[in-house]
Amino acid sequence: MSEYNFAYLDEQTKRMIRRAILKGLATPGYQVPFASREMPMPYGWGTGGVQVSAAILTPADTLKVIDQGADDTTNAVSIRRFFEKTAAVSVTEATGDASVIQTRHRIPEERLREDQIIVYQVPIPEPLRFLEPSEVETRKMHGLEEYGLMHVKLYEDISQHGAIATAYAYPVKVEGRYVMDPSPIPKFDNPKLEMAAIQLFGAGREQRIYAIPPYTKVVSLDFEDHPFEPTKADHACDLCAAENSYLDELITDDQGSRMFMCSDTDYCASRRRQGHVGVKGTVFEGSAT
Amino acid sequence: MNGLALSGGFVDGPIQSAQAFRQIMTAMARPGEILDVSGAAPPAPLSIAAGTILLTLCDPETPLFLAPGFDIDPVRDWITFHTGAPFVSAGDAQFAVGVWKDLPIASFPIGTAEYPDRSTTLIVEVEDLCTQGFVLRGPGIKNSRTLSLPETEVFATNAQLFPLGLDFYFTHRSRLAALPRTTKVS
Repeated sequence: MSEYNFAYLDEQTKRMIRRAILKGLATPGYQVPFASREMPMPYGWGTGGVQVSAAILTPADTLKVIDQGADDTTNAVSIRRFFEKTAAVSVTEATGDASVIQTRHRIPEERLREDQIIVYQVPIPEPLRFLEPSEVETRKMHGLEEYGLMHVKLYEDISQHGAIATAYAYPVKVEGRYVMDPSPIPKFDNPKLEMAAIQLFGAGREQRIYAIPPYTKVVSLDFEDHPFEPTKADHACDLCAAENSYLDELITDDQGSRMFMCSDTDYCASRRRQGHVGVKGTVFEGSAT
Repeated sequence: MNGLALSGGFVDGPIQSAQAFRQIMTAMARPGEILDVSGAAPPAPLSIAAGTILLTLCDPETPLFLAPGFDIDPVRDWITFHTGAPFVSAGDAQFAVGVWKDLPIASFPIGTAEYPDRSTTLIVEVEDLCTQGFVLRGPGIKNSRTLSLPETEVFATNAQLFPLGLDFYFTHRSRLAALPRTTKVS
């Protein structure tokens, strides 16, 4: 612990990130540029999220880190350990016990509260980037609120596939102004973006921070005749029988057998602890904590 | 510079600034909510809350404007020693401190269409900060909140500039509340 400054980053870097976070909260959905630092992990492993977390953590916090909903994947475990070591914070896997949640590509199933903060790891923060490669141009488009191109893209989806085929990183409009990339969360999670908790987004390689304050209006882009629809696998969780949670599909052998299970491991485990048993599940025998 | 300028900073910078920032951020995320901060013991007329915001957010990269009444040696010396923030005119300021009537609101940068973040954050020292007064609505507010404010017209105009505009902190003793450009005051 004594080898590191609190939460790893030096104080001047934290001040710079903190100022960017405040501007982000004042302009919901706008991407604030910041001077992203080298972190002791490669780009793509959540360097943006880690820098935002480092700037907001206090010693009293309890941190939860998830990667695609799971607490026990390499990325989640290493980030959790990183902050245990550098900020001496408590950690948890229980969504309800966490004061700060860093996430890659999911929003927990359990509804977040006002006293919680969720930090998203973002790979490409610019929703218009794949339509317009120039930063100068996309910046101008946001300035002029010129989002026609995005609607053309969604329309082309409909004309090719009969429906909007975008399944994740589904673009949203924040507070009627900025079109924003909600990070690669499944569109199933989009309705949860209007929540009580503070939402912060960090993109390390792309050097952008943005934010959504609690209770901010977040609308998934759609058309009157093709309204937005959050989708999930049409199945119940095979372990905990949940019918309303986002599912991962797991191939279980070479014959193509498969099972569906909750992507949110904490949600699944707590349901199993409560006695819910799915079609392929067994009665939960782990510790009752 | 006298010896007083050297005292009154954070005793444990990394921890105290983290704790202060959490309050400062929560205030900005929930406009109109009054929160307590601590850590700074600045020279008069700076309040504890204003001093704590300066210590938490300012450094040599943040040009600061001091309104008349605050542009005095003890305040300048204290800010210079603890943050190193350069003092500038209102038009170049990233942060500004003062009482409401002495802040030249029209002179501060409000950002540009392409970079709305390049605007000033004003720290306004007020004589009273309470939850009675004007009605606030907007992002960060579930239905509505009420907050004492020096006036409404400036904030109404400011909100119309969105996404450009100024962001405000109101400070009184160790308490603060924020009013970002997104908040509609009535």
